[in-house]
Amino acid sequence: MTFFRAENLAIQFGGLRAVDGVSFEVREGEVYSIIGPNGAGKTTVFNLISRIYDPSAGRVVFQERDITGVPPHRIAGLGIARTFQNIELFQNSTVLQNLLLGRHEHRRSNLFSEMLFLPHVRRMEVAHREKVEEVIEFLGLQHHRESRVSGLPYGIAKVVELGRALCTEPKLLLLDEPSSGLNPEESEDMAFWIEDIQKDLGITVLMVEHNMSLVAEVSDRVLAMNDGRVLAEGTPQEVQQHEAVIKAYLGG
Amino acid sequence: MLQFVQLVLNGSSIGCIYALVALGFVLIYKATEVVNFAQGELMMFGAFFAYTLITLFGFSYWIGAAGAILGMMAFGYLLDRVVLRPVLGQPAFAMIMLTIGIGYVSRSVAGLVPGWGTAAYAIDTPFSAEGLPLLTTAETSLVISEQNLSIIGATVLFCAVLFAFFRYTRIGVAMQATSQNQLAAYYMGIPVKSVFSLIWAISAGVAAAAGVLLAPITLIDTNMGFIGLKAFPAAVLGGFGSIPGAIVGGLTIGIIESLAGFYLPQGFKDIAAYIVLLAVLVLRPEGLFGQATRKKV
Repeated sequence: MTFFRAENLAIQFGGLRAVDGVSFEVREGEVYSIIGPNGAGKTTVFNLISRIYDPSAGRVVFQERDITGVPPHRIAGLGIARTFQNIELFQNSTVLQNLLLGRHEHRRSNLFSEMLFLPHVRRMEVAHREKVEEVIEFLGLQHHRESRVSGLPYGIAKVVELGRALCTEPKLLLLDEPSSGLNPEESEDMAFWIEDIQKDLGITVLMVEHNMSLVAEVSDRVLAMNDGRVLAEGTPQEVQQHEAVIKAYLGG
Repeated sequence: MLQFVQLVLNGSSIGCIYALVALGFVLIYKATEVVNFAQGELMMFGAFFAYTLITLFGFSYWIGAAGAILGMMAFGYLLDRVVLRPVLGQPAFAMIMLTIGIGYVSRSVAGLVPGWGTAAYAIDTPFSAEGLPLLTTAETSLVISEQNLSIIGATVLFCAVLFAFFRYTRIGVAMQATSQNQLAAYYMGIPVKSVFSLIWAISAGVAAAAGVLLAPITLIDTNMGFIGLKAFPAAVLGGFGSIPGAIVGGLTIGIIESLAGFYLPQGFKDIAAYIVLLAVLVLRPEGLFGQATRKKV
């Protein structure tokens, strides 16, 4: 059984074939990266997987379940979390509140017991808070717990978004350009966290990334795309040395 | 001095009505970024629902009031589900025009419903309009009627329930999250479109409550929704995106109207709200409770 696979995904915007028959498989427990020049269709593939767009052809299969018709708000419940290239956080809330919202799918109680804050609601709240504290510790966000997100530096906000995705306890984590906008030191931290997420938390990671040194450092396998198609797939070294990939990046 | 306090007290009760209608504006705007210009008409429908249950069908006041609120919640939910959701994703302008249209249609439809019509109606309430003395001095006394007391009391109760709902419940927190970032809300597992419908339900329910409370004071007619024109400045005064702001804005406008009606020449009562609004917007453009945002570059 395959953990995750995309089969012949395609989507057109007007006359533009942004993604044109892309297939790949992600094995459980690996870090799988999608690379390619700007406009190659990487983020579009991401948006197809996370159900922002409906593909014009193809299927997305997660744990042997076809998720092509699932609405976006059910994705978290299936065990898939994602981050965004340009950070999508709840700007007027604190870091803690953002992370607690990551627990939304795991909260189970009814309106009235919540409004009265009955003992079992309280116990559940404490359990969610403990889970959030684990993530805060994992990512070293202790100092920012009560800070409002709108005032945070870009690099920290990026980490908060990663933390919020982890709070949903995903099986598959989709990272859209995790190092974009980060300085070299922050990118280095990001690389360590991705490795820890894979090794310590056992979460499968599928990411889109431009920074080749980050890709080479953390990825088990890499898929190179250009013009909405797959160019090559393999280990980071294999893909980097692949003739078509070099040609796509350098032109000619 | 006592007279001044009396005027403030009288103004607060009508201010509470403005506050409830303004609250409806703000709830919908915060979550969906649509200004619902039919908010006053939702209130009008709520009042007519109560009138139907109490006067036409002979139910008690309490059952009529509760029925009107629940009925309007269902109506608000369906309004969003059936009329607004197909337009979702279009520019905000299109949705706002749609709400203006809903307002017009509502007034006409209410005039056509058998038993409603274009006359003005009253409902029997258990609250008398008689003044209860609060404080008595030699020359004059401070009084408040049961009617006004019921409005203030009910407004406080609704605000407390809404506060607890948004602060503590899973769905309330999800609504706040949706108002801050819809895309992120989706990936936390929040069904954003259903949240919009629920917001419309709550907003229509609050409007119905305002209609039921206002009914004994102004009578029920198809044009009572124009009170929205007073509640709108109240919402802007409070900073449009702010729930406490809507309440303070509503009270402020109610109290200023009451004072202007007594101390200023005739005619000022109706424009006082707008004069204050203009003054606030000049001095504090983000409103009393709004957050000044500066674009980051």
